[in-house]
Amino acid sequence: MPSQPINILLADDDENDRMLFQEAFEELKIKTHVFTVNNGTQLMDYLKAKSTILPDILFLDLNMPRKNGLECLKEIRANKKLKNIAIAIYSTSASENDIVETFCLGANVYINKPSDFVTLKEVLSKTVITAHQFQDTPFNKENFLLRF
Amino acid sequence: MRNNIKSCWRTYLYDLLIAIKQLFYICIKNMKIYIKYDLNAVCKKILQEQLEKLKLKYSLLDFNEVEINGALSATKLKQLNTALNNYSIQIVESSKSILIQKIKDEIREMVYGEGETTRLKTSLWLGAKFKKPYKYLSSIFTEVTFTTIEKFIILQKVERSKELIIANILNFSEIASLLNYSSTAHFSVQFKNTTGLTPSAFQYIIKTKEHNPTKL
Repeated sequence: MPSQPINILLADDDENDRMLFQEAFEELKIKTHVFTVNNGTQLMDYLKAKSTILPDILFLDLNMPRKNGLECLKEIRANKKLKNIAIAIYSTSASENDIVETFCLGANVYINKPSDFVTLKEVLSKTVITAHQFQDTPFNKENFLLRF
Repeated sequence: MRNNIKSCWRTYLYDLLIAIKQLFYICIKNMKIYIKYDLNAVCKKILQEQLEKLKLKYSLLDFNEVEINGALSATKLKQLNTALNNYSIQIVESSKSILIQKIKDEIREMVYGEGETTRLKTSLWLGAKFKKPYKYLSSIFTEVTFTTIEKFIILQKVERSKELIIANILNFSEIASLLNYSSTAHFSVQFKNTTGLTPSAFQYIIKTKEHNPTKL
């Protein structure tokens, strides 16, 4: 329901990126709860913990130490409890191969990290709104693909 | 006498054997049963049970509308909500959410129906349908969904076109004309603007995803 804030989780090892990301959400009109983790292992531990309220959208960096984004993506999509989370890949890579590969592995959104803050806000807001429509409306989640 | 005992013993042994055999079956063979169910009937049943538990007088109007006869106290409403939440059923409290749901349903019907409504101007048609000014409808819609009715219609059309692309019966220009786009280019541009992908890129990704979901 829209009156409740949307739960957002970000997994990124870069501290600056995490800060920018949180600031961008604070400036958006949409009510959100943003939680961040620093690497893939931490992410999977967090998602699997019983007390965790699962995020509506997960923003996943591809290049992370210990466990990278692709491994996390595979693990999440293979897990019954987690496989319904909308996943947005949040990466510096713009290679077509990466994009097709992540989509094929079950990512819903591919975001090439924008270089300026205004675009970042735009992209994040569009992602959240679209993901929200997919949760609230009987759209086929399998077909949820979005690229920036 | 002796014979009698013997036969008695025999039947006993026989029973024992059968019992062991049955036990064996229970332990060793996991039985698989298949079920089918009618979701609407299940939901209705759950609703009825929970409403009766709280001793409420009610009538089921539609499959997602219940009328409570008499006043419903706040505590009762809360109790009902928690009881239904156990089954992942939510009470859509405000009339706003219901209105939005109905608008979405109308839009869906318009996009899926191949009738005349598609050609009408949205604002006129929706306003007439709900007997409310379009401005009012659109402001409530935006307030709750963070998006506009126009954008939602585009999203719904794009979702429909995705289904058509996957079904792989029509080509892009046929899809464009079915969904009332003025040209294939117009359709492609709107698809790209909404999803970031061209229709053919989308088709390629879905095909690859289907063919080797595990390989990658």
